[in-house]
Amino acid sequence: MSPLHITKGATSHSAYNLRPSFSEIEERHTLAVLVENEPGVLARVIGLFSGRGYNIESLTVAEVDHTGHLSRITIVTTGTPQVIEQIKAQLGRIVVVHEVHDLTVEGPSVERELAMLKVVGTSEKRVEALRLADIFRASVVDSTLNSFVFEITGAPDKIEAFAELMRPLGLTEIARTGVAALLRGA
Amino acid sequence: MTREMTGAKIVVKALKDQGVDTIFGYPGGAALPIYDEIFQQNDIRHILVRHEQGAVHAAEGYARSTGKVGVCLVTSGPGATNTVTGLTDALLDSIPILVISAQVPTFLIGSDAFQEADTVGITRPCTKHNWLVKDTERLAGTIHEAFHVARSGRPGPVLIDIPKDVQFATGTYAPPKPSTSHYQPKLKGDMDAITELVAAMEKAKRPVFYTGGGVVNSGPAASILLRELVDATGFPVTSTLMGLGSYPASGKNWLGMLGMHGLYEANLAMHGCDLMINIGARFDDRITGRIDAFSPKSKKAHIDIDPSSINKVIKADIPIVGDVAHVLEDILKVWKARGRKTEAESVAKWHSQIEEWRKVRCLDYTPSTTSIKPQYALERLEALTKHRKDRFITTEVGQHQMWAAQFLHFEDPNHWMTSGGLGTMGYGFPASIGVQMAHPEALVINVAGEASWLMNMQEMGTAVQFRLPVKQFILNNERLGMVRQWQDLLHGGRFSHSWSEALPDFVKLAEAFGAKGILCKDPADLDDAIMEMLNHDGPVIFDCLVEKHENCFPMIPSGKAHNEMLLGNAETKGVIDTKGSVLV
Repeated sequence: MSPLHITKGATSHSAYNLRPSFSEIEERHTLAVLVENEPGVLARVIGLFSGRGYNIESLTVAEVDHTGHLSRITIVTTGTPQVIEQIKAQLGRIVVVHEVHDLTVEGPSVERELAMLKVVGTSEKRVEALRLADIFRASVVDSTLNSFVFEITGAPDKIEAFAELMRPLGLTEIARTGVAALLRGA
Repeated sequence: MTREMTGAKIVVKALKDQGVDTIFGYPGGAALPIYDEIFQQNDIRHILVRHEQGAVHAAEGYARSTGKVGVCLVTSGPGATNTVTGLTDALLDSIPILVISAQVPTFLIGSDAFQEADTVGITRPCTKHNWLVKDTERLAGTIHEAFHVARSGRPGPVLIDIPKDVQFATGTYAPPKPSTSHYQPKLKGDMDAITELVAAMEKAKRPVFYTGGGVVNSGPAASILLRELVDATGFPVTSTLMGLGSYPASGKNWLGMLGMHGLYEANLAMHGCDLMINIGARFDDRITGRIDAFSPKSKKAHIDIDPSSINKVIKADIPIVGDVAHVLEDILKVWKARGRKTEAESVAKWHSQIEEWRKVRCLDYTPSTTSIKPQYALERLEALTKHRKDRFITTEVGQHQMWAAQFLHFEDPNHWMTSGGLGTMGYGFPASIGVQMAHPEALVINVAGEASWLMNMQEMGTAVQFRLPVKQFILNNERLGMVRQWQDLLHGGRFSHSWSEALPDFVKLAEAFGAKGILCKDPADLDDAIMEMLNHDGPVIFDCLVEKHENCFPMIPSGKAHNEMLLGNAETKGVIDTKGSVLV
């Protein structure tokens, strides 16, 4: 038998090169999913993404309504418009999911992420790190004679930019919360 | 009207209050308290299966043939893991079943205790929803909610995992009441979309109804409304494997089944239509073939209760989310109110085009006087049983399944039980047991292949123990027929492990279980042998030795379009190219 020719790119969601002619441009969407806070609910959501081959760029979750036991999951995902529609529909049919909002579509929305960065260094580099942190409005939450832990809040690209600047100045560790997002306005 | 009782008692009481009369199960250590309660009552019959997979398929057969929720009871660990195939099968075919699995006591969970498995973790992706109940107080409410979830919206399998200490502890029982949960799928379709569809129907020159399992799942009203709509408009109608019976095969607008092994006229009607009205089907890959060549010139309406089915595979021009019966009712209402208009002349022309396609006689096969052709066996089975309104057919998976779908005709929904989405070999026999339990007087026939049938043959014990006169009509070609066919078509005839050596003597096997066995290998004897099977009051294994190398046609090869079908007399060498061969 001759070798199989599977078109490159046709395999991102399926082995089949049979996808319909939907738009193939990948988009980045931020979804807010309100779920019942019960055991296993996060596994259901994550299992849906892994089982159906969807992407997760970031995911945050916490209970936001203690009396109603509702958690809010903020998911940043990428995909073609058709895949994004599928993700929302698939999330919507999980029994314990109450609401699915596409903040990218319903927007405009504000997105914020918190990160902590450990920067190790002395003398010039240490001073430079502190100066840049000031520009980025990052605060120092821990300090030793040869290290800082900075806390920074902002949109993901701001955190990216700050981390890039810290790298040559002795960045050793970074912890990020993932994106939290809300629609603007009342 | 609440009262205190043990968790085990709550389980039995809740099932009773939910109208359950039959459960299929297998006991084990962690399930003993519930089994003790079952022992002490007579309202619920417990059918002891021989393997938990059999219990789930039996519950599926029960559910599919009654429209009720099928119920299974299994123990922890292996009992629960053995239900995974059946749960997945029910998920893909949208069959409402409830599996109650016992679990090790809460204080042992996570300790790798004897017969412990993470049942809710394992079954999470293969159930519509599942629950681990750690508090007896929450047990009754969870069971009632499980029934609500299983049968609401797009039906599906649910599972409740109950640790043994929760079964022993006491809690408050509350009877079922209308569900207050937020899970309330929308039944009514959007009226604007429905009006848009009616307007498209009025103008359609080459319309086709493409119906699926959703019509059956929606309940008897959906089938009645479908018949009314089809007959009033005169539009041709085809169905998927899962939807057979929702429109009667004797109806004048019936095209036959569509899809990979569907009828030529049905597939060409799908390919050439200008308006496709999908009612409760999901554009499965067995139906569409090559997607970019699927019905290229048609406007497509899609009625589905599950929003995720819409635009999943095929873009719908008129999407309607709702229950089939509710939506059909509104379509009829709007269509009548607007004056019952159709392009009658064009539709008549469309019908005569379909007649031309029908003249191809796509199901023709070369008859034989020396060996039994599988198609002939099914034609005779059909001829000798079609007068029975109470005939229920189950199947296993493979060539025999497709031939059964082609050659047996169904007049009513819920009379055809087959594993469509998952394609589970071993489904049909236990399913026939479930059907027979629900319909004790009915004629229940499992059309099987010998390889599939052997996968759950242990259920002969169940059939004999409970005196279930299920007829096992095995088309025995000593091959894994569909695998053999694919190897024939696209692997150069290298029949890698697709034949069965060392098959049992099925007549002796039947006798070993205390049942009746019939062997038939001569076409001249076939009618008498089938009558002997039908007249026997008890389970029968019918070993029908058929032609070994028959391929199932017509066939849309993988990766091809509807208008590239192969017929029975076709040249099949090299018809599936390498691109097609990566598909399943």
